[in-house]
Amino acid sequence: MSVFPYLVAGVLFIAGLYGVVSSRNYIHLAVCLTVMQSSTYVALITVGYLTNGQAPITKGAKPGKPLVDPVVQSLTLTDVVVSVAVLALVLSLALRAYRTHGTLDPDEMREMRG
Amino acid sequence: MTTALLVVVLTAVGVLGVCVVLTHDPLRQTVVNGFFGLSLVIFFVVLQAPDVAISELVVSTVAYPLVLLATVYRTGKGTRDPQRKRRAPSDSEAGR
Amino acid sequence: MSRVRRRVLFFVPVGIAMAAVLAWGLVGLPSFGLPHSDYARYFAQHATGQRHTTNVVAAIVFDYRGWDTMGEELIMVSGVMGTALLLRSTRGEEHRAARDPVTSELLTWLRPGMIPLVLLLGLWTISYGYITPGGGFQGGVIGAGAALLTWLAGSYQRYQVLTPDPLVDAAEGGGAFVYLAVGLAGLAAGGTYLHNLIPLGTTGDLASGGTIAVLNAATGLAVAAGLVLIFHEFLEDYTETVPDVAAEER
Repeated sequence: MSVFPYLVAGVLFIAGLYGVVSSRNYIHLAVCLTVMQSSTYVALITVGYLTNGQAPITKGAKPGKPLVDPVVQSLTLTDVVVSVAVLALVLSLALRAYRTHGTLDPDEMREMRG
Repeated sequence: MTTALLVVVLTAVGVLGVCVVLTHDPLRQTVVNGFFGLSLVIFFVVLQAPDVAISELVVSTVAYPLVLLATVYRTGKGTRDPQRKRRAPSDSEAGR
Repeated sequence: MSRVRRRVLFFVPVGIAMAAVLAWGLVGLPSFGLPHSDYARYFAQHATGQRHTTNVVAAIVFDYRGWDTMGEELIMVSGVMGTALLLRSTRGEEHRAARDPVTSELLTWLRPGMIPLVLLLGLWTISYGYITPGGGFQGGVIGAGAALLTWLAGSYQRYQVLTPDPLVDAAEGGGAFVYLAVGLAGLAAGGTYLHNLIPLGTTGDLASGGTIAVLNAATGLAVAAGLVLIFHEFLEDYTETVPDVAAEER
């Protein structure tokens, strides 16, 4: 059990990387990139978990139970929101490429230029 | 109990993540990505991270679908439709 | 052999090597569910006492590690700016009236209640961010969602009128500026950058946490404005593809 969450994070990372490498569409590629990013969320939140821990909110917290790691949670929560801006930037690059080349396929774009 | 729940949620996260990558049509991928986001939300809740769960929840319901769908429609539903693909370059040339 | 196949063939050895390195790195991490570092334990024990906020995560985001959050916020601002630059510069000069005749009846019916409710939810998530789960980042996205709802339930013109570009640009920059200014104020007061110089208030009160409350609100504003700007750019592009029903009927 103790390695399963890390295994899932690894699978997500490699799957996302495979998607980026094999993609034939920039939109698909951008989403695969967010899957890779999600693998870091899974890894970070897993590192911070405590068996029988409770959420790091001291209001209404049950005494005697340890709080889970708040540091990794703060890292993850800002990154989740910022990833939207990153996705938007990648997609606007894709849109711009579509406007000049009329396709979203990286390989076709290369053929047209050559 | 928590362990069983955790195994189920983690498996869902892994399987749905792979599904997102293997869905090649961007329009379908947007939908699958929504389910992947939901599985991540449940994972964060189970692991006692409510702040991150809210973050992922709002992002995967509001922000991701909108940017993705707008791009998918602007580019003629991706490159899946061959007829659309052939017509598009001349469109953009005429526009310039 | 197609390009994609060649790339995938190249990926196989690279992917295996990468997976091996990843596995090696992940094995070294603390085992699942075991007690963690002293750093985390320190915050879990002392954050509420030191910063008078009951949400420990908010205290770390906006105070202890406020410097990191400033970096994240600047990434957000530059991402938004890049998107706006890329999409605005290539858009055609002729400004057609946006056409969006298709609206769902259900949404039109729900409109009067939905938009204020979602906006209120966003404001509520921001303002209680350092007491209960939530905060500027999450509430900002909900607030941008409320703006989006005016487009879904109303019309694109109304959405444009309600979120004029100059105002949203100013809110985006203003939010980021307040964050930087609060940091500098800490420096000016003789402390460190982002030093918490405002009285901390009573734990569990809305007026608590000192600069955490200010930074929280500034971040909420910047995130909401940034997302509205992103939505705006993408919607401007999207409405170009909407079939011109009115013209076809003519």
